[in-house]
Amino acid sequence: MAMSSSLLWAVDIFGRVYTLSTVGQYWELCKDTQLEFKRVSAVKQCCWGIACDHQVYTYVFSGDVPIRYQEETYENQRWNPVGGFCEKLMPSDRWQWSDVSGLKHQQLDSFTLPSPHWEWESDWYVDENIGGEPTEKGGWTYAIDFPSTYTKDKKWNSCVRRRRWIRYRRYKSRDVWAKITSHDDPERLPDPFNDISIGGWEITDEPLGRLSVWAVSLQGRVWYRENVCHHNPEGSTWSLISTPGEVAQISCGSYDLLWATLWEGQAIVREGIDRNNPQGISWSTVESPSSDNGIMHVSVGVDVVWCITKDRKVWFRRGVNSHNPCGTSWIEMVGEMMMVNVGLNNQVWGIGCDDRTIYFRQGVTPSELSGKMWKAIVCGRESDRSQTGSSTSLLSAGCFFTDDIQNQTNTVIQGDADTSSDTELSSIPTNLSSTPPMGAAASSASSTGSQAAGAPASVTVDPLDSDQGEAPAASASDEKAHLESRKSTNPTPSTELQWTNIDLKEAHRHAVLSVSTFTETSSLSSLGMFSVGAEEQYGADEHPLWAWVSGGGCLVDLHSPLKWFAVPSGLSSSVQSLSLSITPAQTAAWRKQIFQQLSERTKRELENFRHYEQAVEQSVWVKTGMLQWWRNWKPHKWMDVRVALEQFTGSDGMRDSILFIYYMYHEEKKYIHVFLNEVTIIAEVLKEGKHSFALYTPERTKQRWPICLAATTEQEMHDWLSLLTMSCCESRRIQGPPSHHAIWSVSCKGDIFVSEPSPELEAEPHPMPCDQMFWRQVGGHLRLVECNNRGIVWGIGYDHTVWVHTGGYGGGFIQGLASSADNIYTQSDVKCVYIYENQRWNPVTGYSSRGLPTDRYMWSDASGLQECTKANTKPPSPQWSWVSDWYIDFSTSGGTDREGWQYAADFPASYHGHKTMKDFVRRRRWARSSLICQGTSWLHVGTDQPFVSISVGAFFQVWAVARDGSAFYRGSVSPKKPAGDCWYHIPSPQKQKLKQVSVGRTSVFVLDKNGNLWYRQGITPSYPQGSAWDHVSNNIRKMSVGPLDQVWVIADKVQGSHGLSCGTVCHRTGVQPMEPKGLAWDYGIGGGWEHVTVRGNASQAPRGTVPSESPPEPMESEGSGRKGQAERSRTPLMVSERQEVDSNAVNC
Amino acid sequence: MTDDKDVLRDVWFGRIPTCFTLYQDEITEREAEPYYLLLPRISYLTLVTDKVKKHFQKVMRQEEVNEIWFEYEGTPLKWHYPIGLLFDLHASNTALPWSITVHFKNFPEKDLLHCHSKDVIEAHFMACIKEADALKHKSQVINEMQKKDHKQLWMGLQNDKFEQFWAINRKLMEYPPEDSGFRYIPFRIYQATTERPFIQKLFRPIASGGQLHTLGDLLKDVCPSAITPEEAFQQSLYALCNGIWSGEAENNT
Repeated sequence: MAMSSSLLWAVDIFGRVYTLSTVGQYWELCKDTQLEFKRVSAVKQCCWGIACDHQVYTYVFSGDVPIRYQEETYENQRWNPVGGFCEKLMPSDRWQWSDVSGLKHQQLDSFTLPSPHWEWESDWYVDENIGGEPTEKGGWTYAIDFPSTYTKDKKWNSCVRRRRWIRYRRYKSRDVWAKITSHDDPERLPDPFNDISIGGWEITDEPLGRLSVWAVSLQGRVWYRENVCHHNPEGSTWSLISTPGEVAQISCGSYDLLWATLWEGQAIVREGIDRNNPQGISWSTVESPSSDNGIMHVSVGVDVVWCITKDRKVWFRRGVNSHNPCGTSWIEMVGEMMMVNVGLNNQVWGIGCDDRTIYFRQGVTPSELSGKMWKAIVCGRESDRSQTGSSTSLLSAGCFFTDDIQNQTNTVIQGDADTSSDTELSSIPTNLSSTPPMGAAASSASSTGSQAAGAPASVTVDPLDSDQGEAPAASASDEKAHLESRKSTNPTPSTELQWTNIDLKEAHRHAVLSVSTFTETSSLSSLGMFSVGAEEQYGADEHPLWAWVSGGGCLVDLHSPLKWFAVPSGLSSSVQSLSLSITPAQTAAWRKQIFQQLSERTKRELENFRHYEQAVEQSVWVKTGMLQWWRNWKPHKWMDVRVALEQFTGSDGMRDSILFIYYMYHEEKKYIHVFLNEVTIIAEVLKEGKHSFALYTPERTKQRWPICLAATTEQEMHDWLSLLTMSCCESRRIQGPPSHHAIWSVSCKGDIFVSEPSPELEAEPHPMPCDQMFWRQVGGHLRLVECNNRGIVWGIGYDHTVWVHTGGYGGGFIQGLASSADNIYTQSDVKCVYIYENQRWNPVTGYSSRGLPTDRYMWSDASGLQECTKANTKPPSPQWSWVSDWYIDFSTSGGTDREGWQYAADFPASYHGHKTMKDFVRRRRWARSSLICQGTSWLHVGTDQPFVSISVGAFFQVWAVARDGSAFYRGSVSPKKPAGDCWYHIPSPQKQKLKQVSVGRTSVFVLDKNGNLWYRQGITPSYPQGSAWDHVSNNIRKMSVGPLDQVWVIADKVQGSHGLSCGTVCHRTGVQPMEPKGLAWDYGIGGGWEHVTVRGNASQAPRGTVPSESPPEPMESEGSGRKGQAERSRTPLMVSERQEVDSNAVNC
Repeated sequence: MTDDKDVLRDVWFGRIPTCFTLYQDEITEREAEPYYLLLPRISYLTLVTDKVKKHFQKVMRQEEVNEIWFEYEGTPLKWHYPIGLLFDLHASNTALPWSITVHFKNFPEKDLLHCHSKDVIEAHFMACIKEADALKHKSQVINEMQKKDHKQLWMGLQNDKFEQFWAINRKLMEYPPEDSGFRYIPFRIYQATTERPFIQKLFRPIASGGQLHTLGDLLKDVCPSAITPEEAFQQSLYALCNGIWSGEAENNT
């Protein structure tokens, strides 16, 4: 669920499929172990593979959201004078059951499931909505004739009618290998498959989850799987792609690269792959780097190609990109490999030729695509460990004797090999690693641990003997403790057992060796292999031998180090579990313990002596440095200044700081200074691409003129930011995570700030001015943040991913000293930067980049005012880095032609996606993705699609709206578990796409893209998802539901005396506990309003049964009185806004 | 652990309430009042006792004042050990405040090093830092630092400036993400019961088998005789408290 981790897939020489998480330390056996595989090719959401039966299988991860597909068909009827509307149609009419166009006959029973991997969700039912509005019972819509415009109202001339039937089917084969069945003509069916590669998801994002799936058959033919996307994970048919020779192996990158190898030893490269043609157009040939040894294997990424020649040498192709998919030349790399695989971000994995170990290429970065060195991945397998797991769980369940002798022997061996004597530590990891319910495991571990500590005497006792001799006499719990203690205090293995161990190892190694030589000689080896290596339990000493690896779904995050390299293979499993399972939970517990003991120490040593003098007086500490300052006289520009921060201890023992900025003014030394306890915010700002930040005080907020400072390097800026932020917090005595009542805000840069509200903020009649609020940055990067008043905070990133606040703080630049160590995760966000390519038509050359002298820049921003070339356009700030090359953006509003151009009569004008006679200019939009990555206290919450809106209710109800317009409810969110557990998909009202959700105390309202406001019915504590949508109003632009379930909206088409007004603030009246939808609208200020939020207004008298948490309100007057007050308090803001907006009001 | 401000602060701001009394045989002009002070655990005696010196000098004749030294229950206190270490080693089980006797005569040449100025302390401190970094990073980090960074580290310690100290010390406590720890863990084990000044040994954070070493492993490896389960628990508690600091100079246990 937490998408911050991703998986590396691999197949061992026995055909078993394993995955290794980027945050894990173990190879985990694929959940579905029915089949052995030859090849796998993985992406984030699924994995395709070729099993040993040479058939293709796909493994789709179970996500939070089901894969559903809506089937629909129309029932058509005609009116006749005798029977009224009836099934009898005229001969010229459409079928009685048809598709929407009427051209295709579609009876209900003609729909079948496309494959055994689907199931029907329900029976057919009639859709009783049209265009979002409910129809009469029966769902009929009427028209004069077929085909025509249908309305929900029956008129005198309605001669025909139709209604839509709907049935959902659901893909059920998730987390299992689903065989790709073929409905193709058996004549044209591919022969058995030999290789598969999937990718191409970056070519276009339409339809959702589209994938290019390429396969090679045993006869060397290349096949392309049509129509693979989210709603059709299996694809539909195989298409044969002709090739210049017999193909041995194929590799498809995440974007438009596709290479294959021929049996003769050349590589062929697919040209012409783009969004209109994901299959590409033609092949080019690339010769092998060495004339004696042909290319045996190739793997491609976004803009890299690696290959292996038949002598196992590794080669890197230089100069590969979209325009030149063939690249320029080969470079030989170090190492001899069986195969290599390029995954996400061009990261590379390989399988060593001699040792069959998987290597990760370290140091692959955009500037150094070939990386630095191979590093072996030395993780053990989950299966090795699970032996310990099962035996331990048997023990802790009290089953000391089992009839499974094999199992028990294992236990002893593992216990024996554990050489640690630190009982506290050793017993906890063993249990934690093997038993999912952590709390229980930890408590049992601590009890056994303490008993174990008292029993160091069993060092020399032969474990086997003691089992047989002592166990029957002792009680079950004693035995448990005893075994634990023996496991953890036995420093040297007894000779007898060691012998057993060696024996196992020897026997096994023998078997494996014979297998691996077998592999070398047979291309179909994996078929026969398993029976050869029939010994299922290997000795734990044996390291896995790999046959295939796929990193296409594996996102290696440069900011969080992998834990794959620390564990050599020769470890016995319990030792592994000892060291490897120092889990974050454990570290947290450990930290807590240390912290507690330190506090106790402080109490013991200091409490009665605080009146003693300090040995070291707190003197002033000055941090100085050189920065640049955006000077406050004209012409404004950066000037070099010396900056000094002085800290001093006030008379109350608190520390405060002053920041001095020394500058020269007409050859005269001057300075300005800021008391940090007056600073209200320190924020990074974007100013001329510099590493700059701004300091505001209340005064400077009024002036809109902060102190802007810039550092020469990012590190230097972060040092200052961190220090200044800490000093500000210290002088205001703010520490720890944000409180439950914190006010959250997000800057246009995506930086997140919180402010602790003081009671005076809402104190009437003289509330604390807003400019005095102190904002401190919490790490992370989001586009919007929503919280409730009980500490649950969720956000949505620029890339529409969903995040939940974990209660930590710091992260980002506030690393090290000022952040909490718990709850810090790595957060990333992706943002696109757009530039426009502009061209003008001339009679000689047609469209060209030669414009008129008066024209805009030929490469510009959207307005045309700024020149933006591909070369000079930078990521949004120095914290961002490019993660893609420039690509044409086809999703510009107004549509584009096949090359992405939009046409217009002149600049600037309205653009359209096709050329007409009147068009003299054209433009197209280029996009480039940039990525920000930092440690933050935000935890990623997986979603199957991008999200656009989110809201958190008073009772931890988290509702969200996805980009496809459907709603989601997050189950089991609580203060202890802010991330909840899973998404419940809530279908949107029929035919409507939602765009906004707002959750009050209990009410849930959503707004769709057609401006309809809906209320969620049937929400109860036991069924928080509710049951149905209830239409409340149309013509709504924005809405906001307050903590008392009050509903405010921005409405369109409000009647005035001279016409309709758009963008009007309206308040729903008559909202009562029994009437949550309210009764009518009360119209407020209007004409040009865009957004309203009442999320913060809990200041009304509580109604009915209200939870005790809500603070008692001193002024319990009627709603109307309070409302008036709320209105009044907003007035000044509105006035200023109206002044600006009024001129535009005509537009809406 | 180095990124955990709360713990680091608590370690840094550890204070030992101390009562300084002048040795009975010192010749004074009038009676010397005891002097009470909160000593920072992470500092050196001679670095933080200017006030004590001044206090007692006031009641003494100038010619009687030689180099100051301290003693606890007959044991001369080595100024080059961190204060927290001295306390834990010699006085951890006594009632607070810690009662230290101040001497100005009969400097115990065989037990103590001379400390004529703060430069001596600084040299000693920097030597410890350098030794630790040699173990941690083959001296790479400390050598890459500028003179002013070294100065800031020292000034941070001298002036009890947590941020100032840790702004630099942070760099000394980092290691590249591809390594899973320091090359060796710098530590010293002091034992009240033995004659040896301390035990020091090369010790890697990761065992040859790949598992992370715990403090228990270290103690077992270095002084197996000292370990009984009971004790192991206390030591683990203790060494952990100061172990964060011990990365820098010495282990206080």
